[in-house]
Formats: sequence, structure tokens, C-alpha cells
Amino acid sequence: MTAAFFILAALTVAGTAAAMGLRNAVHCVLALTVGFAGVAALYLQLGAQFVGLTQIMVYVGAVAILAVFAIMMTHKPGEDQPRIFSSHWVVGGVVAAAVFSVLAWAISSSGTANQFPPPEPSVTVLAIGDSLMHTYVLPLELMGLLLTAALIGAVVIAMDRREETK
Amino acid sequence: MTSLQNYLILSSLLFSIGLAGALTRRNAILVLIGIELMLNAANLNFIAFWRYGPNPSHLTGIMFAIFSITVAAAEAAVGLGIILAAYRHSRTTDLDQMNSLKG
Repeated sequence: MTAAFFILAALTVAGTAAAMGLRNAVHCVLALTVGFAGVAALYLQLGAQFVGLTQIMVYVGAVAILAVFAIMMTHKPGEDQPRIFSSHWVVGGVVAAAVFSVLAWAISSSGTANQFPPPEPSVTVLAIGDSLMHTYVLPLELMGLLLTAALIGAVVIAMDRREETK
Repeated sequence: MTSLQNYLILSSLLFSIGLAGALTRRNAILVLIGIELMLNAANLNFIAFWRYGPNPSHLTGIMFAIFSITVAAAEAAVGLGIILAAYRHSRTTDLDQMNSLKG
């Protein structure tokens, strides 16, 4: 189990680091799908099958495709950026490294190193659906409302207003 | 067996990679992707704490992760819509050139 964890962790970190470091934006999104799939495999390894499959469907299937569409719609042919990082990249890198070192210090001094999982619970999709329909029915309805509002809002924001005035 | 600490270190590494990307990239779409990575790191923490918690037969961690994924999907849709609107206005997704709020 530990070897599988380290392989998946290396895959995830390599995919996400490539997604944030490559020059071509489409290559970045391709590397990102590798990172998202690695996170989904980690969910499966933790026994959360439903969340892992949801991760694959939502992130690998929808968010990455959406990002590719946005890149294709905003890409100008013949334009290659001389620099992929912004002018303040040193400050950003230092802040990110500082955040990671503080988090790693806090985690390593928290005593979670010898915390091992209890025996694996049986989480069926039936149980998840049951509690979504009973305990969490109000949050579920709110999520439906939020998704509807967000998708209509995204269409309204991205709509070309000049078409209306013609 | 993998201990909880390994998952926490991995998710803080994912968070820092996303933060570094969001703070340093020039392309606005890749900045949004960095934010998605940070949300993913939080979801990994939810699932890890659920699995290593005292009673994982309660589905709270899974529910939180599912709702968090839903909010992240809505955020991605609205964020990309805003980037497309800003691109239509200023003809660029380069954040170094998008330096004025006023058109």
C-alpha cells in the first residue's frame, strides 16, 4: 500500500508541477489531467470510490475540457509569449515556498505520523445516495440552485453584448 | 500502511504548487487552473481526514468533498466566463498587460 501511495503521489506532483511550469498552455492542461487523475486514484486508494469517480468525471472530464476550450478561444496564432511567468514571479515563488514550509512544519510537529486508518468502512453508493436524500437534502437542493445560477451567470458574463445592439 | 502525515504533506505540496502557479503565471487561464489545484488539495485533506478519523462510517467527509467539487465546478465555469469577457474587452489573457480596471 505504501509503494502504491508513493507512486501515485509522485505521479500527482509531477503532473501538477508540469501543469504549472510548461510553456505551452495546452500541454499544461494535458499535464493537469494527469495530476487530477492521480488525485482520483488517491481517493480510490483511500476507499472513497464515489468521490474518485466524481473527480474523474468533473475535473478530468469537464474542467480540463473547459480550460482547453478557453485556451483555444483566446489563443492568437503566431503569438508566442517570451516569458511565461509574470514580472513578480520571485515574490510569488517565495510566498508559495514559505506557505509550504509552514504547513510542512505544522504537519510534522502535529503527531499525525503514527496515525493509521481504522478498518475500512463499507461505503456504498446506496448509502451516499440515501444520506444525500435524507440528511443532506437541503445542501443538495442549494447545490442545484448554485449550479444553475453559476452556469446561467457564466453564459451571461461570457455573452457578446455587441450582438444584441446590432 | 501509509500514515495520515503522508497524505497531509502531499496535499500541502499540491496546495503550494497551485499557489505558486496562481501567483506567478502570466496566462489568466493557468492562474484559474492553479486555484483549482488548491481546491483539489483541500478535497484530498477532507477525504484523508474522513478515512483516518474516529468513525468513517459517518459519511461527513465524503459529503463535504462532493459539495466542494460541485462548488469548484461552478467556480471554474464562472471564472472562465469572466476570463473570456475580459479577453473580449482587452484582447489578451496576459495578466501583466491587464493592469487597469477601467476600460
